[in-house]
Amino acid sequence: MVQALREFINFLCNPVIYFTAVCVAWWAIMKYYQVWTQPRVMLPLTGFALAFLAFAFTDKNFYGEAVKPDNIPIWVMTIATVFLFWLSMRRAAINDQLMAEGKPNLEKQESDKKVYTWPDLVYSELICMVLFTAFLIFWAIMFKAPLEDPANSGITPAIAKAPWYFLGLQEMLVYYDPWIAGVVLPTMIIVGLVGIPYMDFNSKGNGYYTVKERFVAIWLFGFGFIVLWIALIFLGTFMRGPGWNFFGPFEEWDAHKVVSAPNINLSEILWVKTLNVGLPKNIFVREIFGFILVAAYMGILPVYLAKTYLKQYYEKMGAVRFYLFAILLIVMISLPIKMYLRWLFAFKYVISIPEFLFNI
Amino acid sequence: MNPLRKLWNFIREGQIWKSIFRHNLPDNPRDQSLAVLTNVFLHLHPVKTRKSGVRMSFTWCMGGLTFFLFLVEAVTGILLMFYYRPTLEFAYNDIVALREHVPLGIMREIHRWGAHSMVITVWLHMFRVFMTGSYKPPREFNWGVGVILLVLTMLLSFTGYLLPWDQLAIWAISVGANMAAATPLMGVTGPGSMLLKIGDVPLVHSGNDAKFGLLGGRFIGEATLLRFYVLHCIAIPFVVTLLIAVHFWRVRKDGGISGPL
Repeated sequence: MVQALREFINFLCNPVIYFTAVCVAWWAIMKYYQVWTQPRVMLPLTGFALAFLAFAFTDKNFYGEAVKPDNIPIWVMTIATVFLFWLSMRRAAINDQLMAEGKPNLEKQESDKKVYTWPDLVYSELICMVLFTAFLIFWAIMFKAPLEDPANSGITPAIAKAPWYFLGLQEMLVYYDPWIAGVVLPTMIIVGLVGIPYMDFNSKGNGYYTVKERFVAIWLFGFGFIVLWIALIFLGTFMRGPGWNFFGPFEEWDAHKVVSAPNINLSEILWVKTLNVGLPKNIFVREIFGFILVAAYMGILPVYLAKTYLKQYYEKMGAVRFYLFAILLIVMISLPIKMYLRWLFAFKYVISIPEFLFNI
Repeated sequence: MNPLRKLWNFIREGQIWKSIFRHNLPDNPRDQSLAVLTNVFLHLHPVKTRKSGVRMSFTWCMGGLTFFLFLVEAVTGILLMFYYRPTLEFAYNDIVALREHVPLGIMREIHRWGAHSMVITVWLHMFRVFMTGSYKPPREFNWGVGVILLVLTMLLSFTGYLLPWDQLAIWAISVGANMAAATPLMGVTGPGSMLLKIGDVPLVHSGNDAKFGLLGGRFIGEATLLRFYVLHCIAIPFVVTLLIAVHFWRVRKDGGISGPL
């Protein structure tokens, strides 16, 4: 019974189901934030999550990974992120309710009043520092900093994982070549983050929690932060084992797990499987469909969006800001697209030119 | 009168105390203001703050904790530097010695968990600033400075990861180094780099590409260790310190803790 439950959960944690569930959850979180943020909904949910976690810890495979000293930060991060995310959405829900009734929001009620920094602010800061110091000392006593065998470039470990905060990027390596996952995407994340204030033309919601007045901004940022960053770190830490193969949370990490994944490129699907003529010798002829597809996705789609669905955005933002926004958005969405293509169709590259190490 | 109180009054009215603190007990508006204004650290804050802005449920204190953790990392890092030599011969053994020979030693633990915590608090700080829309005008520039600080925090953590010189360290860094090698045009396994050549002589090869620049060699070795050590202890903290100054200054200049207009 318990074993069957474990195996069922292992199955549910399969990247396709896991990622789809997180995406659906994100959609529901944003749609029903007035409902789930209420303590009477959130408390039972938290209780259920804790009970599930307690059950999970009874499994030796999961327990072994979960209490690895270097994985403790992930729990700290997860708990802190869930709590603070709830807090921000709770305050936003209250504020949106208040504003809908024509009343000033929580921050507005107090923002005209000023208090002396000493003691109101400096004491809070002091208390935070003291509590965090205590927490850090407790943590340091409970968990020794890991130290493995001396470095030896001749002995390859079963699994080489980057530090946990980069595991989202390492997970992207499955779907994109290193030049995209490791260089282009991180650069675009940084550019995109710096660019947020210049692309977000909505002047509402400055200095208080709200969802209603900034729905799109919060939806997109949260999708990037919670779904594509935090959830992928979680996946990369607990469900990626030797060879970066998928393992369920209750599955033993078998270094010899064989995963047959003959991934296929777009050019092979078209020339070999559909047209039955074999791959052309000329690289550009061979990859012509890929080039057209990428050009259409990166070049024509933004223009199309500017004229149709996102016309209002285009008019408000102007050409430069709009196209920067559109390209960043399209690149962000290309990640889940590529993930699903890989999972569902074992699809590898849109453009594959190994001759120049150029694969997309 | 209580003798302790008498002593306290004696200290507080003596010349030494008065030379240090140029105000009386901050229990009245005037002295509360002076307590902030006459202290070089506290005067990063304004004398008065929005009531909505000092609420923990509004700010979460995550930015403050990030700065605090930066200081914790600096102090514990300096202590660790007394015991650690960044060479292939000593690096690993110095960490082992630290672990085996220092009774009840937790400095390395505090440094490591503090570093992980700092990554978390800086993310959550950014998340709070986003959720309150505090990046909106006039704070756009400071948000950008914050993003750079976030990246530098992760680079600080990344460079520190190599220093224990154990299996965990080199293989984690090799994942990152291979990404550097895949930089378009500038990395030897990156797209297009083999197109850059004069005649038959490649301009980008494993002896001068982005990975070589990061590692100070073709492989992770002594030069890498020294390079990461200097980046971790001097170069990045130096830049971070400068940017923190800019960040705090701009928080004040852009109107302090954000609040509804």
